[in-house]
Amino acid sequence: MSETGALKLEAALAEPEAEPGRRHPGWATLRRLFRHRLFVTGLVLFGIIAFMAAAAPWITDANPNRLSMRNKFLPPGGDWVMGTDNFGRSLWSRVVWGARLSVIIGISVVALNAVFGTLIGAAAGYFRRLDNVLMRVNDALMAFPAILLAIGVTAMLGPSTANVILALGIVYIPRTARIVRASVIVLREMEYVQAAVAAGAGHWRILRHHILPNAMAPMIVQLSFLFAYAVLSEATLSFLGLGAVPPTPTWGNIMAEGRDFMRDAPWIIAIPGVTLMITVLGLNMLGDGLRDVLDPRLRIQQ
Amino acid sequence: MSLLDIRGLTTAFQTERGEITAVEDISFSLEEGEILGIVGESGSGKSVTALTVMGLLPSPPARIASGSVRFAGQELVGLSDRQMQRIRGPGIAMIFQEPMTSLNPVFRIGEQIMETIRAHERLSPRALRDRAVRMLEKVGIPSPARRMDDYPHQLSGGQRQRVMIAMALACNPRLLIADEPTTALDVTIQAQILDLLMDLRDEFGMAIMIITHNMGVVAETADRVMVMYAGRVVEQAPVETLFDAPLHPYTRGLLDCVPSLSAEKPRLVAIPGSLPEPSRRPSGCRFRPRCGLAVPACAAAIPPLDPQGPAHHVACIRATAEVPA
Amino acid sequence: MIGVALRRVGSAVPVLLLVSLITFGMMRLIPGDPAAAIAGLSATQREIEQIRADLGLDEPFLMQLLHWYGGLLQGDLGRSILMGKGVVAVTFERLPVTLGLSAYALVLTLIIGLLAGIVAALRQNTAVDQLAMMFAMIGISVPNFFLGLLMIILFSVRLGWLPTGGYIPFTEDPLGWLRSSTMPAISLAMLQAGLLARITRSTMLEVMRQDYIRTARAKGLPARQVVFKHALANALIPITTVVGIIISLLLSGAVVTEALFSIPGIGGLLTQAVLNRDYPLVQGGLLLVTAFLVLVNIGIDMLYAFLDPRVRYE
Repeated sequence: MSETGALKLEAALAEPEAEPGRRHPGWATLRRLFRHRLFVTGLVLFGIIAFMAAAAPWITDANPNRLSMRNKFLPPGGDWVMGTDNFGRSLWSRVVWGARLSVIIGISVVALNAVFGTLIGAAAGYFRRLDNVLMRVNDALMAFPAILLAIGVTAMLGPSTANVILALGIVYIPRTARIVRASVIVLREMEYVQAAVAAGAGHWRILRHHILPNAMAPMIVQLSFLFAYAVLSEATLSFLGLGAVPPTPTWGNIMAEGRDFMRDAPWIIAIPGVTLMITVLGLNMLGDGLRDVLDPRLRIQQ
Repeated sequence: MSLLDIRGLTTAFQTERGEITAVEDISFSLEEGEILGIVGESGSGKSVTALTVMGLLPSPPARIASGSVRFAGQELVGLSDRQMQRIRGPGIAMIFQEPMTSLNPVFRIGEQIMETIRAHERLSPRALRDRAVRMLEKVGIPSPARRMDDYPHQLSGGQRQRVMIAMALACNPRLLIADEPTTALDVTIQAQILDLLMDLRDEFGMAIMIITHNMGVVAETADRVMVMYAGRVVEQAPVETLFDAPLHPYTRGLLDCVPSLSAEKPRLVAIPGSLPEPSRRPSGCRFRPRCGLAVPACAAAIPPLDPQGPAHHVACIRATAEVPA
Repeated sequence: MIGVALRRVGSAVPVLLLVSLITFGMMRLIPGDPAAAIAGLSATQREIEQIRADLGLDEPFLMQLLHWYGGLLQGDLGRSILMGKGVVAVTFERLPVTLGLSAYALVLTLIIGLLAGIVAALRQNTAVDQLAMMFAMIGISVPNFFLGLLMIILFSVRLGWLPTGGYIPFTEDPLGWLRSSTMPAISLAMLQAGLLARITRSTMLEVMRQDYIRTARAKGLPARQVVFKHALANALIPITTVVGIIISLLLSGAVVTEALFSIPGIGGLLTQAVLNRDYPLVQGGLLLVTAFLVLVNIGIDMLYAFLDPRVRYE
């Protein structure tokens, strides 16, 4: 037994014992997820933001665009929990509504990727003849610096929420497709898939029943990080004036407007900035936890 | 004074489910120039023993729970890593099972030999290179001066093991630990490497601790043999004694596993069952569940390693029992 | 080595062709009449026609495509409406500024990322490791413009140590360049440094488990030499491949950072172009930056081959 052998043995011993047939395997995964400190922290952080987004109409009394010139530049605390901006608009309202927009954009980009990334990746990985063409286009799209391509696309389409979603879809779908393709290629060669082919199962059936369910784990991990990128990219685009058009509040455009007043009212920048950071941090932690638990190949590397 | 003297050594690993002992209460010694074979299945603790002596086990999770390791009169247990560095190389050197992965793929083999010497001696670049070339020559690498600039991937497995040996002997160690040195090699190459080790022992005069699961390798090289099972020593004897009159049922089983061409031993028996996991070791004698000679008394206590003849020690209360027909 | 180079250049050709086709097609994403969009709301019909003719938008599609590639071959990517000059000339004027800032940020990324990753791997599961990884996690989570704004508020507005923005060319005043570039470079480097630290840590952990590391220790080499020679030489090989991604992220980040700190680089230029609907400049700038990145990646693959003798001697 070599040293590595000894360690492998040790690692095998350290694994919690399997309880065969006692419970559905999904429960074991869930239990491990909820024991993962990073995952739980991430879930709490992102949960707070997701709650703000969902409950926006009920937890903010004011319309995020209601002006109150008498109350402008109020610091956080007092009647305005998070203060007011240069038009006396409540930052709490604006940040909460910004969260709603960020989460909507994140979910939309993730959904676009889940559908088209899977379709393209599965097609490329499964049908060898499509692989070359699809991956060449993929490579070309991935050759562009991500934000730059998103900027280019939104610049052409014009600034709006829908266009931001479309641009981020174009930027990130190739990256998702590449990950799906990689797992499909591995799975395609597996014996049980070959057996299904030999048994005369159709392509669609093989993909649906034998390949895609097993390609899910790396995909889920990717999507949670993608959510983080999407939120971050949206904020960047709207900070540059390429996102939803003001007065619709987004974290990016609130911060862009706050730049002119950072000497006297730094909270206009700090509050959406910190909220944005908490969101991205939470999603990244979620992603790390999911990767550790769902994708054992990657866990070894950690 | 023996070159290496190990007394009551226990090495433990910390795991999530408590501490397990990979090696338990083992004692043995090795004289200058002697070749000791350590035999056992994977998981019997033989590699952990070797790595404990070298101080190469990662700590944590590994820990020397008790015992002493004296090398040339110096206690090694408790030395700092820096102090151990001076012993590794000129004192004790080691070669490993996997010649394919044991050399660093990004450095030339000449550099890998020279840096070993550089770590322990002050030599001029000229003398350093000469010594490295001479070492490659001694291990039978053809046109060694040219091979100095090769990368490991340009060599065959056998050649890589030769380079490993050249590297290990570059500082003229007093003890060479060879952990399964031929297991990963082709059968024809195996014999060549073993012959090389024997020749080099005669030339350099170092002692060798050869670790293997292969009784054939032991028969060919060792002066003395130590058999390990589940972390403990079960039998120790000079090589002829062990092969002529094995006493422990496990040793007998191992010898029955060696295919033989002679007509006297027509059967090739595998030992039933498998090595128990460290956390699920049986009470008493650890070989008991797999032993054809076991009696209820075997479960009572771990049998001590008792002398049974000249330099022959066995840990079995049924050592003298007849094999049932 | 030459084989590696040729193969890599060969595979870059179709990518570049597609990249240029995609940038060409981007103009067609503009809803409605691009000429009218460029001219703005107050433009007369004649002005719109003029722009349409200038951009060649009145030609049939195939002719436009031919002109685009014909121009590409001659190094002509059209004229910037905003600057009134050739897109290529304008871009190359600004390129050194962005490259200088990116190089500064890359150096910071490599120092911080590699050090944090190595230290975390060597002290695995200790407080040092956790601290380094927490830092890396925050690094990949804090938006670079937010970090830049925080630094401006702290170091410029409150403490007055560094200028809030502006740019001093290195050739005029090296110290001034350092003063004006440090905050942008730090805010630009954070994301990549965090990423690199995470990757370096996992790569080092993987490498430290290898058999040749055990051999190096068995030879009695000092711990320093085992880590910084034997482990690092191997860990750098997979890390090299990440540097391409890092440079791509740097160029992306430079757009925002330059806009934030009013630095006259490609990023600032493209933001201006976007806000002023200077579509030829957006198109050409994007193509040039991407082509540059493709070249950088060829260089990185060469470096990879140089670091790994198994690839070099293929």
